[in-house]
Amino acid sequence: MSVGAPRGLASSGQKLITEMLHPLSAAEEQLSPWPDVTISVGVEKQEPGLTNGTPVEMSNPASTLQLIDRLQLDDELEADTQDPSETHDLFVTVDDPKKHVLTMETYITYRVSTKTTRIEFDLPEYCVRRRYQDFDWLRTKLEDSQPTHLIPPLPEKFVMKGVVDRFSEEFVETRMKALDKFLKRVADHPVLSFNPHLNAFLTAKDLNKRQGLALLTKVGESVKHVTGGYKLRARPSEFCAMGEYLDTFSQKLGTLDRIAQRILKEQSEYLTELREYSSVYSSWAGSEEQLQRPLEGVAGCVTTCCGAMEDLSDSTSQDFLPVLREYVLYIESMKNVLRKRDQSQAEYEGRLEAAVLRKQEDRTPIPVEVEKCQDKVECFNADLKADWERWQRNKRQDFKQLLTGMADKNINYYEKCQAAWESLLTVLQDKQTEDKTSETN
Amino acid sequence: MMMADSGSSEEVAVICNTDITSAESENNIINTMVERGTVLLRKMEISVAEADKRTGKNTVNMQETYTVYLIETRPAESVPEGGTPAAPDTLWRRYSEFELLRTYLLVTYPYIIIPPLPEKRAEFVWHKLSADNLDPDFVERRRVGLENFLLRVASHPVLSNDKIVFLFLTEEKGWRDAVQETGFQDKVDSRLKSLSAMLRVKNPDKRFMGLKHYSDELNTIILQLLRVRARVADRVYGVYKVHGNYGRVFSEWSAIEKEMGDGLQSAGHHMDTYAAAIDDILEEEEHYADQLKEYLFYTDSVRSVCRKHELIQYELEMAAQDLTYKKQQKEELATGAVRIFSLKGMTSKLFGQESQEQREGRIAALEQSIQEGEEAIKEKDAECQEFVQKAWTDIERFKEQKDKDLREALISYAIMQISMCKKVRTLFLFLQSSFVPVHASHASNVSHLLPCVLSFRESRCGLMPKSASTKCEPLKGPNRTLDQK
Repeated sequence: MSVGAPRGLASSGQKLITEMLHPLSAAEEQLSPWPDVTISVGVEKQEPGLTNGTPVEMSNPASTLQLIDRLQLDDELEADTQDPSETHDLFVTVDDPKKHVLTMETYITYRVSTKTTRIEFDLPEYCVRRRYQDFDWLRTKLEDSQPTHLIPPLPEKFVMKGVVDRFSEEFVETRMKALDKFLKRVADHPVLSFNPHLNAFLTAKDLNKRQGLALLTKVGESVKHVTGGYKLRARPSEFCAMGEYLDTFSQKLGTLDRIAQRILKEQSEYLTELREYSSVYSSWAGSEEQLQRPLEGVAGCVTTCCGAMEDLSDSTSQDFLPVLREYVLYIESMKNVLRKRDQSQAEYEGRLEAAVLRKQEDRTPIPVEVEKCQDKVECFNADLKADWERWQRNKRQDFKQLLTGMADKNINYYEKCQAAWESLLTVLQDKQTEDKTSETN
Repeated sequence: MMMADSGSSEEVAVICNTDITSAESENNIINTMVERGTVLLRKMEISVAEADKRTGKNTVNMQETYTVYLIETRPAESVPEGGTPAAPDTLWRRYSEFELLRTYLLVTYPYIIIPPLPEKRAEFVWHKLSADNLDPDFVERRRVGLENFLLRVASHPVLSNDKIVFLFLTEEKGWRDAVQETGFQDKVDSRLKSLSAMLRVKNPDKRFMGLKHYSDELNTIILQLLRVRARVADRVYGVYKVHGNYGRVFSEWSAIEKEMGDGLQSAGHHMDTYAAAIDDILEEEEHYADQLKEYLFYTDSVRSVCRKHELIQYELEMAAQDLTYKKQQKEELATGAVRIFSLKGMTSKLFGQESQEQREGRIAALEQSIQEGEEAIKEKDAECQEFVQKAWTDIERFKEQKDKDLREALISYAIMQISMCKKVRTLFLFLQSSFVPVHASHASNVSHLLPCVLSFRESRCGLMPKSASTKCEPLKGPNRTLDQK
């Protein structure tokens, strides 16, 4: 797998927007005139239909971007490029969190609903309750039984008890969404979805984890017993590239995490000052007559902006950071898989070399085990390559969602602030015209 | 100090001090070159157009660099129909000359709330804002502040009629001499002394006490507001700038991506733009801070009017007290009843009475003194009443001005915030659009819409005039051109 030609690390210097090449300007393509299309994605205001050939005249940048606003951000195109051989006959959902308070512990369970037409399942529908532990069990089992595949990540296991409230609505909501994503990814996977552990997870009334279903795939079994101690000679370039990519990507994720945390810190300090700012206006209002209402209005407005900032910060810690951290863990587990692949290959090469030497010495034929090793390696490579593509797709989707989500939260913040100031302005200007008319009377 | 002769129109205005009679004060107003009752600004356009650097020798014969400001004036109705306006008259003034003018006004019109000058040194500095007096941004804001000062003086019903003000705007060379000739300098020291003196007035005027109290409160609260605002500015600066790091990382990340690369690169650029945007945003907010500062400095003027009133009242009370004492002394002498202990009384008791002649002499002297005292009190009282009347007229005018100006300041602050929110929101919409998949049937022609999203500096002009004229409109005068600088 080759990565595209690296883009020059353009200096992230300040450029006017006007100078930047807009990603939507396909310079090479013949730009077709604006088609006769009405873009309405369930919004209250309807944009008028745009006729062919008329370049959109936008004196108001805001309305321009309303159009972009409404362009569907979910990946319709991604769906087209997905593997057509995949059939969608297993649907899973995670929802309905419930808190269980027992004497020894308190925990949350989630409802896991399944709808399927597969014959591997006895019934077409299932509904069970599972807790995080159960998901963790499932993932471990999948990793063990399908070591040549990339298993999707789970949300973070450990949370600092003092820092994060494990039972707060936001935390549970975030976790549940991540669990849902995990399960959907497993269910969509052409190999993992047929794993018997998944079946048990989705259907069994009581998940007896201690028993550990002893149904390992052939490859799984053999990989489990891979002997260490072999040195790898030449790793195929595509796997080198994967490894490098994962290293760099992991590094970038770490940096993003640190930046996000710094932003949170700055926002928190900003919030503190902003609150005091509001209270100074309030106290000023107390010593004024004519200016009392305007000043109280400003105080209220600033307070509203404080609330909006709080929401923004909360979403950064609840929606943004967890995904980054999830991927860091994911990358770790993927690197493990790559290492196991290397080990398999190393073993094969080692055995092959030994066998060839022996053959040269005393004409002993290459043992079957060596051929089996070769199979193993080839299987591993094939599985990995297929999963890598899938992983890349999912990763693109996740991060597009993440970044557009982050942009969205910021947009909400500025919209809220704008609304607050606009309503204040109306009050201030009304009073002004009120005074003016009373003056002239 | 020159005494004005009624009828001569070339005399310089006499400064108002405690010795002046009301007749002389009346004369002052007549003897200025501008028609009485009209406001200077109605008759001429005034602006502080530019700033420039000069070097010269100062009072201790050392080379120094200072800034001078160009004052332009033009008669109000000089623009013919459809023609170009005549070139303005110009002269250069430095900050210290503005200060001199203001000191003159303070001393000459102690009952008027004199408009303040912009700060001499940059205070309430946040983060990047330079505290250097020669920094171009600071000089620019000061230029605006000086213009504002002149406009306020020229639109004031009383101050605008002063000849010295007129000369300040028209006579570059001879002005300093003219000010010195008014002799106001003598009164500067006594004014300073009176401001710092600790006076205890027995029956303080409730209205003035209330005003002083309000003025002190306003001073405290605006100080606090400016300090907190500077801290808020610091913090919001930090938030924006840290986002700039995203720009760098996105760019680096885009290098290892295939399909996502373009989107990330674009997103990175938008982050950079976002991080850069805060500089302009905060610079614009300085305008609001300047408006607050003006009223902060105004509270000092209000305070000094109150103090002057206190001084007059105090002197009145002292004079009255003195009179009472003298009257009692006279009575005691006349009747022989010793109500007031005096050394003379004691000694005369001990060493024998003084002669009848002596006593009558003393009574006569006291009577004379009493009469003079009564005259003085009458004058003082009249002066006090006149002061109160004039001061209170100006105070009412000031209150209305303050309410109007501050409300307008809040309005323009709100407009600024709205504009900022809109622009940054647009920026994030663009960032979102970085990740919208390119599809011919959707948005192929969006690229030409990019020029609509102007850089911050350019599009700001449409919403907010940058000059100070928003806060000081000439009273029905001709429109000043707003697009200077």
